[in-house]
Amino acid sequence: MMKDKHHNSRHGLRLPKRSNQAEQISLSTNNSQPLTTLNGGESAVVQSLRGGASFRSRLAALGFTPGASIRMLQNLGHGPVLVTIRDTRIALGRGEACKIHVRPE
Amino acid sequence: MAEHEGNTIRVALAGQPNVGKSTVFNLLTGLNQRVGNWPGKTVEQKAGTCNVDSWTFQVVDLPGTYSLSANSPEELIAREYIIKEKPDVVVAIVNAATLERSLYLVAELLPLPTPVIVGLNMIDVAEQQGLTIDPRVLEAAMGVPVVPMVAARGQGIHDLLARIEEVTCDGAEYTPNTPNIRADHVDVLERIEELIGGNVPAEYPTTWVALKILEGDQQITDMIHPRLPQEAWSEVYQIIQQHEDTCVAVAGGRYAWIARMVRAAVVKPRIGPISLTDRLDRWATHPVWGLLVLVSILALSFALTYAIGSPLQELLHRYLVQNLADLAVRALDTAPTWLTGLLVDGVIGGVGAVLTFFPILVIFFAVLGILEDIGYMARAAYVMDRFMHLMGLHGKSFLPLFLGFGCNVPAVMGTRVIESQRARLLTIIVSPLVPCTARMGVIAFLAPAFFAAPAIVSWALLATNLAVLVGSGLLLNRFILKGEQVAFIMELPLYHLPNWHTIAITVWHRLLSFLRRAGTVILAVSIVIWMLSTFPGGDPETSVLASVGRLVEPVGMWMGLDWRMMLALISSFVAKENAVATMGVLFGVGESGAGLPAILRNTLSPSAGLAFLVTQMLFVPCVSTVATIKQESDSWGWTLFSVLFLLVVSLAGGVFAYQAARLLGW
Repeated sequence: MMKDKHHNSRHGLRLPKRSNQAEQISLSTNNSQPLTTLNGGESAVVQSLRGGASFRSRLAALGFTPGASIRMLQNLGHGPVLVTIRDTRIALGRGEACKIHVRPE
Repeated sequence: MAEHEGNTIRVALAGQPNVGKSTVFNLLTGLNQRVGNWPGKTVEQKAGTCNVDSWTFQVVDLPGTYSLSANSPEELIAREYIIKEKPDVVVAIVNAATLERSLYLVAELLPLPTPVIVGLNMIDVAEQQGLTIDPRVLEAAMGVPVVPMVAARGQGIHDLLARIEEVTCDGAEYTPNTPNIRADHVDVLERIEELIGGNVPAEYPTTWVALKILEGDQQITDMIHPRLPQEAWSEVYQIIQQHEDTCVAVAGGRYAWIARMVRAAVVKPRIGPISLTDRLDRWATHPVWGLLVLVSILALSFALTYAIGSPLQELLHRYLVQNLADLAVRALDTAPTWLTGLLVDGVIGGVGAVLTFFPILVIFFAVLGILEDIGYMARAAYVMDRFMHLMGLHGKSFLPLFLGFGCNVPAVMGTRVIESQRARLLTIIVSPLVPCTARMGVIAFLAPAFFAAPAIVSWALLATNLAVLVGSGLLLNRFILKGEQVAFIMELPLYHLPNWHTIAITVWHRLLSFLRRAGTVILAVSIVIWMLSTFPGGDPETSVLASVGRLVEPVGMWMGLDWRMMLALISSFVAKENAVATMGVLFGVGESGAGLPAILRNTLSPSAGLAFLVTQMLFVPCVSTVATIKQESDSWGWTLFSVLFLLVVSLAGGVFAYQAARLLGW
């Protein structure tokens, strides 16, 4: 069952637009949630990245790779968020932050 | 000649943004640098030389990039330069305080054939953060020289040059420790290497190409595709399709390698001290206080600029421009009157008026340079992001727009920081709506002529411009430059003390573009305008220019403006401050003896005055800005569009202001 889910989410990555919602449901059982669900001061570990290839590649280069620990510095519930990852402060638009899935520590 | 060649070392300087790369570059080359564009690109290229002992170091500053993927023109330029131009050595500057992140670029550079030297910069900042880094351990782990540096204080630069010499001269084999792909992808990578082997252009390392193909790099894939036999390509294609997530695996592999490299070399405190940056950011990035901080900093910048700059401008005008004009009149005593007129009214009057803005620009750009250098502008962009979204832009567009308060030319050039083409174009088109110092200067001169409370009118005009800017952005985003929101991803660097050397060089380059135009375009157009206003007959009332003015007078009627005011408006196209100079000539200030404000007050109603001020604030950008828009947008179509767009907006604004003011009985 778990394996199947994993497989699904892999396909989901290829077609992010169509399967976004389904993915979020399947992943919520996986204990992974969008970065925007973290409150200021909370820490988590990056699980996976969504979105187009060049977007993921940009994020990955900045250090958003699975397993990296991330700390939310500021999240107002709307607008951009501010995080620290690999000793760097990074501002992310809300839409971008939603595509980063994390597992709270 | 041969000996000289043997003593030249070609150095490419690489590094991520915010690692102090430009400080190192400026330290190496001083004013011995050329700034231009990379061939065919609107990406700035800086190159310079440095002579030490008997060596000449030719340094090329590669664009600051986080990686070497094909995500942006900057990244492509950096890697193409290293692969195609084959410098003798690549110096990779890394920030010791964000070591893991900044070693990522090094992890990308090591698989390329050019030897790498790592400049471990900002070790002082790392120490303040409680980090202890042993450069020798890092050097042993990576297998490339690591030079500890504090570039802001000039430390380590000599060691760096010595290591460059050593690496290029001793000819020892270059065997760095390079990162591997994440374990679960090793097989795939090997298979791709087999498939493309023998078909890769000689200058590219095969493993690197295979890795880039797996990362989904479009440029490399397009290069390899036509070179492969059909079956090989279809298998490669299949592999790419099946492993669409590999870019993350490759990046993960690099970060795993970095973790191994720094494990032994870096001692981190368990809980870092609460840094200065943390404390300052509590205010600077706060949703409410952050805005207040921003507004106060902006207000202070303007206050400082005008408090110091305006008297200096006055002095320059009185002592330099007027004395120069007097001198020319005396020296040309016996010369024909037309020559005196050309020199005094055309050249000195036109270009001189523009040059008096120099002190104001120096101060404004210096203040801005300091804010940028210490790291504040990234916070301003973050705080403004929410508002910029209204126009379909994001925080990064705020920086160039703010630069526009000084001069629109560097503002248009500053849009280069924006990654998306659409967002960049939109920012370019709205940026002339930011009133530059020249336009504010005209307002400061004319508002008192018409109104009892000129300060309130000036602020209202400024607010009008910004409102029109937001409105235009909204409309353009909604109807013309539609498109996807681009990702907002921006690093907020650690705050640090200003580096005066770097700031001075930045200010100098921004001023240079202004000066160069004053000497060319503005000079030429000033002469032309002067000739049109003189010929035939020498009387402005009957000149060619006057007939042009009468031609556009019907449009002016709607705003209560006569042909002279319309001409003043048109001449502001050359340079905004010309509006005042033109009025001076056309209203005959010289002969009448009364000041221009008094003459204007008697000639125009306040409602017409308001219409003029509104129109001139929103009017078509000056010729230098238009030339820059053409250069940066690389499109005559969009340049024409921006000119026509602002023409319509400004005339509509003027007509509206006039009719509304008349209804109010002004």
